[in-house]
Amino acid sequence: MKIAVCVKHVPDAAVTKRIDPGTKRLDRSGEGSLNPVDANAVEEALRIRDATGDGAEGEVVLVSLGPEKAIDSLRKALAMGADRVLLVSDPDAAGSDLVATSSLLAKALEREGADLVLFGQQASDSDGAVLWAAVAERLRLPLISQVAELTLEGGAVTGKRQTEFGYDVIRAPLPAVVAVADSINEPRYPSLKGIMGAKRKQQDVLSLADLEIEAERAGASGSRTEVLALSDPPPRGETRKLEDDGTGAEKIVEFLAEKRLV
Amino acid sequence: MDLDLTPEQELVRDTVREFARDRVAPVAEELDRESRFPYELVRELGELGLMGLPIPEEYGGAGGDTVSYALAIEELTRIDSSVAITVAAHTSLGTMPIFLFGSEEQKRKWLPELASGTKLAAFGLTEAGAGSDAGATRTTAELRDGNWVVDGSKMFITNAGTDISGCVTITARTGEDEISNLIVSNGTAGYEISAPLKKLGWKASDTRELSFRDCAVPEGNLLGPRGQGFHQFLEILDGGRISVAAMGVGLAQGAYDLAFAYAQEREQFGKKISRFQAVQFRLADLATEIEAGRALTLRAAWLKDRGRPFAREAAMAKLYTGELSNRAANWSLQIHGGYGYMDEYAISRLYRDQKILEIGEGTNEVQRMVIAKHLGL
Ligand SMILES: Cc1cc2nc3c(=O)[nH]c(=O)nc-3n(C[C@H](O)[C@H](O)[C@H](O)COP(=O)(O)OP(=O)(O)OC[C@H]3O[C@@H](n4cnc5c(N)ncnc54)[C@H](O)[C@@H]3O)c2cc1C
Ligand SMILES: Cc1cc2nc3c(=O)[nH]c(=O)nc-3n(C[C@H](O)[C@H](O)[C@H](O)COP(=O)(O)OP(=O)(O)OC[C@H]3O[C@@H](n4cnc5c(N)ncnc54)[C@H](O)[C@@H]3O)c2cc1C
Repeated sequence: MKIAVCVKHVPDAAVTKRIDPGTKRLDRSGEGSLNPVDANAVEEALRIRDATGDGAEGEVVLVSLGPEKAIDSLRKALAMGADRVLLVSDPDAAGSDLVATSSLLAKALEREGADLVLFGQQASDSDGAVLWAAVAERLRLPLISQVAELTLEGGAVTGKRQTEFGYDVIRAPLPAVVAVADSINEPRYPSLKGIMGAKRKQQDVLSLADLEIEAERAGASGSRTEVLALSDPPPRGETRKLEDDGTGAEKIVEFLAEKRLV
Repeated sequence: MDLDLTPEQELVRDTVREFARDRVAPVAEELDRESRFPYELVRELGELGLMGLPIPEEYGGAGGDTVSYALAIEELTRIDSSVAITVAAHTSLGTMPIFLFGSEEQKRKWLPELASGTKLAAFGLTEAGAGSDAGATRTTAELRDGNWVVDGSKMFITNAGTDISGCVTITARTGEDEISNLIVSNGTAGYEISAPLKKLGWKASDTRELSFRDCAVPEGNLLGPRGQGFHQFLEILDGGRISVAAMGVGLAQGAYDLAFAYAQEREQFGKKISRFQAVQFRLADLATEIEAGRALTLRAAWLKDRGRPFAREAAMAKLYTGELSNRAANWSLQIHGGYGYMDEYAISRLYRDQKILEIGEGTNEVQRMVIAKHLGL
């Protein structure tokens, strides 16, 4: 069983996010880390690899598009137990939007030909929650998103999807793409042995040329979106401050009723 | 000159930081209040490889360097000293003597269990009458019929009496003017362990008084050549000081973190107390000194990793960070006002846990004696 996990290097949660007014892009110069829900995807991949028992053949490959320093986040996933890394990194890929990003990742994934491709549900920086759909579309593979429980059986994957109103249970034949929710598992801490051993694992950094992708299909030129302007969200309208004099709960209920929310 | 951590060292620091925040912080207050040894955390730390961080992989350790080890101890202490000293005493004092001076056979026998954290090791140097003057040990060991027969007692020994304590390495007189180190297994007839000692801080850490009466230890448990005990324990203490210095940095950082957060919550005279320059200056001074203390500590660790002399720097780091942690705990509690004096506020625990850092593994005065000696005085 070969599992590819798409992981993103995002600005660390502790870093105050800032958009560069010149390039209209997120300033990514600060401390970065592994996108939190991608750790859940890695954890799920490791559990599947270790449970299917075909130890020798089971493999978890990390696939990422990002700057060279993305290797810092990938190292954490390697230390958790993933087997190797394929990082697509190229100055010409900087500024890729969803369309360009999905085409580059699809190309890298095609090369791997994994039985299962896992994603995190959503990146903590640009919050698209959509990349997996675009990649699945390009690879012509079935997709299950928002998966809170995943089982593999008889060449098919079954995902229990969290929705606003309950759960959907969906089965798809392998190979397939699955985006996991953070409720799916509790990611392990990298062990010290894992950390020390990570640098001995295969870490391939590929350029666009290595993937036989023309530069025009990547970066700004490969992108279909253009950011025209940025502005702050509109200030909140009417606000009311309630002092709790012991009747706070009732007042909140009154307010919600007034707004017809309860 | 390169002052960057390696990617591995950074990852060790970040992992332990996360572990301390998510696993240790939620239970630290309860463990302290109930003086309860953190068995569950030790098991988890063992699984992560933190109970044998600097021990090579061939003996079941994680094969990390001293810098990583210091970073790990700092991050644990930042949240809780009892857990940190359990790891530090087990590693630097308990396991190290066997790793450094043991025969291949002794290493194969003891290290895998110790490095994985399934068993804990202790180091018994201090006695009622031999503290700073550790060479004044009165415990004796006499070779009789293939056994060392030990008589005497040890005071304030960390990790000796838990359910998973495996052994203690003790110093004993094996002749007139001769000290040797012996490994004594828990459960050996004649080796008795007191009830846990009641103390000001480090309440969740295990501290005991040990007594040996006609305690027969196999001859093969002698560590290294007979008569080398004095030099051996000095070497152990040199390395141990790096981990206690890392505890000083961690405690100071933890106290600073608490004060920094509290100062931005608490309002008096109509503003956050962090707006008062007197509070800002305290925090500015602490932040500065913590950087200095960390640099001193990591440099000692870095020297050790390079196989260069580090004893002078380790003593300086231990002295400086011990006293720094005292100022940090004191000022942080001051910034907390009356709330800081209450058990619910973590700073009260850090304040109690701090003092021992100026006493254990050589008091401030002993560090000054060691440094003065290195200066050629
Ligand atoms: C004009 C423009 C310029 C942009 N420039 C940049 C830029 O320079 N750098 C940049 O990082 N982003 C840039 N972006 C954003 C980039 O397009 C998105 O990051 C990308 O489309 C993924 O969307 P998302 O981050 O919202 O991911 P989501 O759809 O929220 O991510 C879901 C999951 O997809 C996977 N994933 C996401 N991104 C990657 C990746 N890079 N590699 C592997 N797996 C991944 C993860 O598993 C993640 O959990 C730009 C966007 C626009 C519109
Ligand atoms: C919680 C805890 C855990 C411990 N764990 C261990 C352990 O695991 N293993 C172990 O072997 N020991 C352990 N110890 C013992 C510790 O190392 C000793 O307490 C310490 O070395 C000081 O010895 P002492 O208490 O006998 O003080 P003393 O040596 O009696 O010192 C009393 C005072 O006199 C000062 N003083 C002594 N000599 C001089 C001098 N020449 N010049 C100037 N001042 C001097 C000291 O600095 C100190 O202020 C532990 C202690 C505690 C409290």
